[in-house]
Amino acid sequence: MSVETLFALTACALVGIGLYGLIAQPHPLRKLIAFNVMGSGVFVLFGALAKRGAAAGLVADPVPQALLITAIVVAFAATAVTVALLLRLIETTGSASLGNED
Amino acid sequence: MAELWTSTDGGALVAAAVLLPFVGMLLGLLLGGRWVQRVAFVLMPLGLGLAAAIAASWLEASGPLVYLLGGWSPPLGIALRADGLSVAMLLAVAGVVCGIGLFARADFGLGPGEPESRSAFTYWLLLLAVWGALNLVFVSGDLFTLYVALELLTFAGVPLVCLAGSGETLRAALRYMLFALCGSVLYLLGAVLLYGGYGTLDMPMLAEVLQAEPIAIAALALMTAGLLAKTALFPLHIWLPPAHGGAPAAASAVLSALVIKGSWFLVLRLWLDVMPGVASAQAAQLLAGLGAAAIVVGSVVALRQQRLKLLVAYSTVAQIGYLFLLFPMAFDAAGAMVWREVAATAGVLQAIAHATAKAGMFMAAGLIYARLGHDRIDELAGAARALPVAVAAFLIGGLALMGVLPSGAYLAKKLLLASADVSGQWWWSWVLQGGAAFTAGYVVLVALRVFARPGAPLADLRPVSKLSQWAALGLALASLGLSLAAVEGPLPADLLAKAFSLEELGTMALLFAVGALLAAALARRPLLGGGDPVRPGFAGLGGLFESGDRWVRQWSAAMLSLLLVAGACGWLLTRP
Repeated sequence: MSVETLFALTACALVGIGLYGLIAQPHPLRKLIAFNVMGSGVFVLFGALAKRGAAAGLVADPVPQALLITAIVVAFAATAVTVALLLRLIETTGSASLGNED
Repeated sequence: MAELWTSTDGGALVAAAVLLPFVGMLLGLLLGGRWVQRVAFVLMPLGLGLAAAIAASWLEASGPLVYLLGGWSPPLGIALRADGLSVAMLLAVAGVVCGIGLFARADFGLGPGEPESRSAFTYWLLLLAVWGALNLVFVSGDLFTLYVALELLTFAGVPLVCLAGSGETLRAALRYMLFALCGSVLYLLGAVLLYGGYGTLDMPMLAEVLQAEPIAIAALALMTAGLLAKTALFPLHIWLPPAHGGAPAAASAVLSALVIKGSWFLVLRLWLDVMPGVASAQAAQLLAGLGAAAIVVGSVVALRQQRLKLLVAYSTVAQIGYLFLLFPMAFDAAGAMVWREVAATAGVLQAIAHATAKAGMFMAAGLIYARLGHDRIDELAGAARALPVAVAAFLIGGLALMGVLPSGAYLAKKLLLASADVSGQWWWSWVLQGGAAFTAGYVVLVALRVFARPGAPLADLRPVSKLSQWAALGLALASLGLSLAAVEGPLPADLLAKAFSLEELGTMALLFAVGALLAAALARRPLLGGGDPVRPGFAGLGGLFESGDRWVRQWSAAMLSLLLVAGACGWLLTRP
């Protein structure tokens, strides 16, 4: 098995675990972590693609790395905003429940 | 095609349209306090002028306006492009932002001597952020910049939901955020797959090399499902009613009129411009099928609401469905390119009609709430006398959405009906007319309630701003007059020839009659007079829709629907 395939399989596993967590975990914080796990899966996949896409004779394709770092920053910002919202929710209502429609 | 990858005259204007709101936002953040609203009010006319200038230079140029960031051309560089669809949306959004800004002055503007408040400060910053993010969505040339733009749009939209800071709205905002994040991760996965398959994310380049092979199909299915989650198309509308119904009116107007249009616009772009070769007629039927379900469920539940703002929020659920009816016209089995352009025109027209009308309706609902101290639909008697301008705005907005001449929705509906006719898809004509009848239903319902004679003279009326009322009315009237502005465009010539014929007027009367019947059957209280409803059958049916709506809005049901939609879309894309 090549390194790239290993990376791709890891990415699949991470996306799967993240999806499961997003569906099944009722607590918003766990949902958020599941989102991050799923996002990491996508990032790993993108990184592996960079290696595979180096057909032009470079060591690796640099574009995915540039995009990746941006995507990581975006995901980080999303996480920060969500945590801030969650903290405010707990402060205001005393519980982290998403309501009776979880 | 080389002109797509070199900067053109007027390209710098496109970049400025993206930069201006963000510069304003940063400036407001730096200056702080009451300067934010001053900055916003300076930027609104500037932005509107800029959008007009872009439209003027687009009309002069023969193709899209292009700006290459830093002079680097794709695939390494990033291009901003404004074509006809983008220009129309840029103009409409600038207009609606100005209208909403005028309205919001009463709620979030600070008069001399008034203490500064956090919600006022945040509101103006977020309004500018939504504007900038939307402009970026409309002109981005590559799928990754679009991802960033969509995220910016979500980050700006979510805090608008919880400006009031109550537990209820915080919960709605958190649900919105988490579900939108699921959507964006699916979108990003699709974009990554496309890069892996084709080595570029530039849209025109992708359009040239894409083929209907597994990687492109998987990417389109994932991206479409992710975007539908952000647009809140049924059954993925989990977050919309509490978010749009709970936010302050000035914020609901932004969320409902503008924010959801960003991800919808991107679905349109993907299907029509980037992947026309991958998209299939059957998958298009799925999108419109979900749209039809949205129209039925959203409208029935809207008629069952007890509060005016929630009625408007559920009407948005239904109208989002309407926005997806263009896809089967664009991708009929014959695949005629002429009708693809007609369908795109109709879609954008409908989106603009909805943006203007719905902003006006949310504002009017907010004003009615402010004036009467409540917005319970059953107790609105006398509202028309207490607040004539706002009530007029609400009803005119409703009529415009329903497609009364000369509204933009009328023209959009005519275009879609004509293309449904040509492509032999008669069932979509029924959905189009049915949607209009449902809209007529809640217009009739609200009209009868607000014009009813109150039992006792209304006491305890609170003053509301005149400017806000006229802003709401202005937006509703803009939607009603939209087809006058669009007539100059590339439309089939005979479309409006018979606009005032007996047949057309008869259809309109029929739609109103059916709408009134629907409202009479489904409303919680009899349309005329008091007393108990004697319609247990219909009330039971309405209740069934309500519990169904609650069921699909559970978190796990919505997540599974998201996966199902992605799966079904992918499966249908593999079929010719």
